[in-house]
Amino acid sequence: MDLDALAGCLASPACLVTQTTSGLIIGMLLFLVAVGLTLIFGVLKVVNFSHGAFYMFGAYFAMTAYQLTGSFALAMLCGAAGTALLGLIFERAFMSRVYGADVLMQLLVCYAFVLIFDDVVRMIWGPEFKSMGMPSAFQVPPLFIAGGVVPPYYLLLIGVALVAAVILGLGLARSRIGKVIRAAAHNPGMVSALGINTGLIYGGVFALGGMLAGLAGALAAPVRSLTPGMGFSVLIESFIVTVIGGMGSILGALIGALLIGLIRSFGSLGFPLFTEGLMYLFMVIVLVSRPTGLFGKEVA
Amino acid sequence: MTELQAGQEARPLEVPRIDARPQRYRDVLIALAAFAALALLPMIFGSKSLLDFVIRCSAYGLFATSLNLLVGYTGLISFGHGMFFGLGAYGFGLMMQKTGVPIPVAFVATLVITMVVAGVIGAICVRLKEIYFAFVTLAFQMLIHSTILSWQSLTGGDQGLRGGIPRPPFLGIDLSNHLHLYIMSCALLVIGLLLMRQIAQSPFGYTLRMIRDNATRASFIGIDVWRAKLTIFVLAALFASAGGMIMALFVSGAYPEFAYWTISGEGIFINMLGGVTTFLGPMVGTVLLLILNDTVTRLTEYHGIVLGIVILFFAIGLRKGLMDFVVEWIAQRREKAGG
Repeated sequence: MDLDALAGCLASPACLVTQTTSGLIIGMLLFLVAVGLTLIFGVLKVVNFSHGAFYMFGAYFAMTAYQLTGSFALAMLCGAAGTALLGLIFERAFMSRVYGADVLMQLLVCYAFVLIFDDVVRMIWGPEFKSMGMPSAFQVPPLFIAGGVVPPYYLLLIGVALVAAVILGLGLARSRIGKVIRAAAHNPGMVSALGINTGLIYGGVFALGGMLAGLAGALAAPVRSLTPGMGFSVLIESFIVTVIGGMGSILGALIGALLIGLIRSFGSLGFPLFTEGLMYLFMVIVLVSRPTGLFGKEVA
Repeated sequence: MTELQAGQEARPLEVPRIDARPQRYRDVLIALAAFAALALLPMIFGSKSLLDFVIRCSAYGLFATSLNLLVGYTGLISFGHGMFFGLGAYGFGLMMQKTGVPIPVAFVATLVITMVVAGVIGAICVRLKEIYFAFVTLAFQMLIHSTILSWQSLTGGDQGLRGGIPRPPFLGIDLSNHLHLYIMSCALLVIGLLLMRQIAQSPFGYTLRMIRDNATRASFIGIDVWRAKLTIFVLAALFASAGGMIMALFVSGAYPEFAYWTISGEGIFINMLGGVTTFLGPMVGTVLLLILNDTVTRLTEYHGIVLGIVILFFAIGLRKGLMDFVVEWIAQRREKAGG
């Protein structure tokens, strides 16, 4: 424990800015993964245990696209579009077969794919750590805000995630498709009776969730190292986020992700060995006081 | 069919009288026979690799069968049961390395530690429903795993507990002797299975089945669901911990992988493979998975893909475990034979 370091940081604006930005990028990446998880759970009532794999694929797709074309924008696009397609195929071909079956089956199908996807990545890209490298457009001197160092790429990352959050929130609340999705979450039988193809909606939601995770992976690729199995720790953390925020709530995922991000970045100063433990501790406190999460609705 | 005809055909309802004792004697006899068979095995096939295989089966079998008490009997899908396997291995290994107490004392002390930890974790987890329960147990598993990794001064971090576990002889049993270790593992397995069987067949076991089928109804007739779930959570943790201790003795150490989530995933898969509707299903699953693992690892480095495809075959193709399949098949044949 190093409480002096934590107190010292809280007193200095420079350190405060640096730690908050690093907390925000952890939080925003987690949000993109967690919001897909929570969306899929809200509509399809399954927990996509293999969601971390989409994050991983997003990162690898982006790296390959970047190496081939040298275009950062294209790399992001490839990461997102590739995982969206993967999500659609995965849902239609496999997950749709275990809806209504018990949770054990759903977990097992996903567990199988965690194993398969990790090995597929190992086959294609090799088992060693890979790095995409920072695109040249962002290899510029960092910004100084109140004395704290902020790389410009971080701002882009936070911006993209925020835009995604706003589009997603508004789209679900206001647009026609958003209404259909919410209706399908509420009563799929009725939606289907009204002549709407629920299979298409399910596939679409899964693709959307996969795309968001893939986008997160692609955004993370320049700043983190790529390895098979990288998705799993993200999965656990984003699950903690959804548990804290409440399953099925987008706002909850955002708040939960930011809280976890800040806990991680400031916790690493005060409790360097127990940073992960802090996260779990926080989750336990939330669960004990509010078993359905901060923004979760009571479900029967 | 008129009411009169129906009345003529109706017979008084036969209420089956269940006397638990004959079944208990039968279970004990089967257990003794199984133990005798296992104990005689080294005299017939002396190969060390076969005995090693049986020891590993004992460790994983205790773990998987205890998981079935949660998954199959109570409907609690724990995705973090492996933490108690790891806890048992580390608790026992550390106790033997640091304190030098006799093995039985370390064994019991580790069980007590497991009981306390499982009590605390269980008290938080069993309040949650299905998927929340699965993932929060998983989160605790990762917490224990990351604690083991970061507490290097005690656990050796990612290197694991090295330097071997001392095995001072007790009561004429010397566990550094491979044969003694083998007999001891078999004894622990058989005793563990017998105890778990008694739990499953006891009134408490039937309470658990009721909670699985309809928790609301169970609580309406006055069952304290939370307490029953917590009790079985702790009991299952004890057997998993015993499995971990066998493993620690076998490899003479403890490694962070013992507490990693994949152990829990394998446990769930073993249950699926063997089937959760029969008591011995997980045991069958254990043997199958270990054989599968050994073969696949020998053939290819990508054993995740092969394992994944086998899981998919069972989960989407068969939709049930092997023993479930066998039991249903026998029942169908009986039905046909009966008319």
